[in-house]
Amino acid sequence: MSTVTGSARALNPNARGRGRQQRRAMASLAGWLLSGLAFLLLAFALLDILRTVFVRGFAALNLQLFLTPTSGIAGGLLNAIEGSVLITAGALLLAVPVGVFGGIYVSEFSREYFARAVRFIADVLVGVPSIVFGLFGYLTMVTALGWHFSLAAGCITLAMMIAPYILRTTELALRGVPGELREAGYALGASQANLVTRVLLRECAPRVLTGILLAMAISMGETAPLIYTVNWSNYYWSGHLTHEPVAYLTYVIWSFINEPFASAHALAYAAALLITLFVLAITLLARLSLSRLGVRRTS
Amino acid sequence: MRPSDALFRVTVTAFAAMIPLVLLALFAFLLHDSWPALRFNGFDFFTHSSWNLGNQYGNPVAVRGEQVMPGASFAILFLIVGTLASSLIALLLAVPLGVGAAVFLAEAVPPRIRTYASLLVELLASVPSVVFGLWGYIVLIPFLSRHVYPHMAHWLRDVPFFGPPSGSGYGLLTAGIVLSLMCVPLIAANLREAIESTPQALREAGLAVGATRFEVVRKIILPRLRLPLIGVSTLALGRALGETMAVLMISGNALNILPENIYSPISTMASFMVSQLDSALQDPTNMAIYGIAEIGLALLLLSLLVNALARLLVPRSLST
Repeated sequence: MSTVTGSARALNPNARGRGRQQRRAMASLAGWLLSGLAFLLLAFALLDILRTVFVRGFAALNLQLFLTPTSGIAGGLLNAIEGSVLITAGALLLAVPVGVFGGIYVSEFSREYFARAVRFIADVLVGVPSIVFGLFGYLTMVTALGWHFSLAAGCITLAMMIAPYILRTTELALRGVPGELREAGYALGASQANLVTRVLLRECAPRVLTGILLAMAISMGETAPLIYTVNWSNYYWSGHLTHEPVAYLTYVIWSFINEPFASAHALAYAAALLITLFVLAITLLARLSLSRLGVRRTS
Repeated sequence: MRPSDALFRVTVTAFAAMIPLVLLALFAFLLHDSWPALRFNGFDFFTHSSWNLGNQYGNPVAVRGEQVMPGASFAILFLIVGTLASSLIALLLAVPLGVGAAVFLAEAVPPRIRTYASLLVELLASVPSVVFGLWGYIVLIPFLSRHVYPHMAHWLRDVPFFGPPSGSGYGLLTAGIVLSLMCVPLIAANLREAIESTPQALREAGLAVGATRFEVVRKIILPRLRLPLIGVSTLALGRALGETMAVLMISGNALNILPENIYSPISTMASFMVSQLDSALQDPTNMAIYGIAEIGLALLLLSLLVNALARLLVPRSLST
């Protein structure tokens, strides 16, 4: 009620009321300044990260990076680029069916107890640290199954990590489709399978695709689980799914920046630039196309 | 039910069932592989700070029924302290920053440019962990260790944990600062949307009784969002607890020591799992790997607990 008495005094201007009003105006101004400062600080941090990566990364770019593999701590990045693409493509190949079909189940059978349980577990799995997935991949596939550090172990590990994420984004996309569309479909005699695949999924395809794109950005930027499952290689992929480590870009950033040589640092900066550009482009595409479609998304 | 519907139902249910299976597999295999370590370490695992592979050139000895190298011991109190301390510092910084940025974006920035201004905060979420680590390593640590920490330690010399020595820049506070930047978008984005969806009538009622616009935010809008804020902060805490690469590159990777002040080097459970992998592979008895599996199991259970708590706190509309 203090605001009410405060405003009553404000309507009846005497010296004391004016002083109080001034204090409140000052406090509000200070509040706006502090919140603006918080925004500026965060924006500055983002811009400084991007400036650092772009300035150092572009200085390190040259054509050789895209034409030759690494050799020791010098050479190019082509083997790492190839590996990152392969790992991400493999992970998506495994995770997309699970995520999309699972998302259809959780959305279209949402009244079932099991559907609610799956959604809760997917939510919780999204928050499990990536290194835990990496350790799991190491203990099961790399050692117990004897695959050693390999492409298959990395792909399956990352797929386990991003499938729950794709499930949740698919579910939210399907829930955004108006119920009238379902009723109209059933009224016309469509089976549920036909309704979902021919009407609902088509209707919300942009949002499902956005979830898949963001999952792709996540797996491109991952490092820790891959250290445990894929390790590192100076060579191109030879076509073996198991028994052979593979190169990837994020490893170059982490490992080469600790070497005392300028050539290693240049490779790390170039790798950071490539990964950041890629992830940023995907995220911007996903977010801006969504806001144009009038769809809201958080985090 | 038509046969095609039954087939559809079975198919999608089978794919959905993979998700609980993933959780079950994580838990079962981590428990299985940490079993020897659980037996060997007992409860000391959580109450002492000694991670020691033992004499790698000796002959394995049997202790409590498990083969280990002589003198080996595995106890991670220092990792638990490092993990909790860095995550709490991150949260203490991220909550006010996130709330401030959300208020500014939702209430002070014109709607026309709000989408783009929000990106300046929310894109922090999509920067890969290892790039945060790189930035911390080449920009933030030199800056903090030269221009900030020495002065901080001098001016706050009588405040416990804030006094000298101000260290090398690699340590608890640096890790906390970078972790806060990594989890602030979660808080800012969710809170901004919640503020935007506050009924306009509440704002008008506040203004009508003479409150300033900031008083409307602080005394009417924000108090309504206390529970969602707690939920989303818990979610952010979960992220901070498990961050690996950035912490690995900037925390100083302390071994077996507890931080003496806020500038001291630390390790977290997640970062330690990466930094120790190579040496653990050298242990001929495999006990070091079982020990790492036990750290992984503890981290899994901790993150399950924190995330389940967060999901129960966050209302459905805010939960993604």
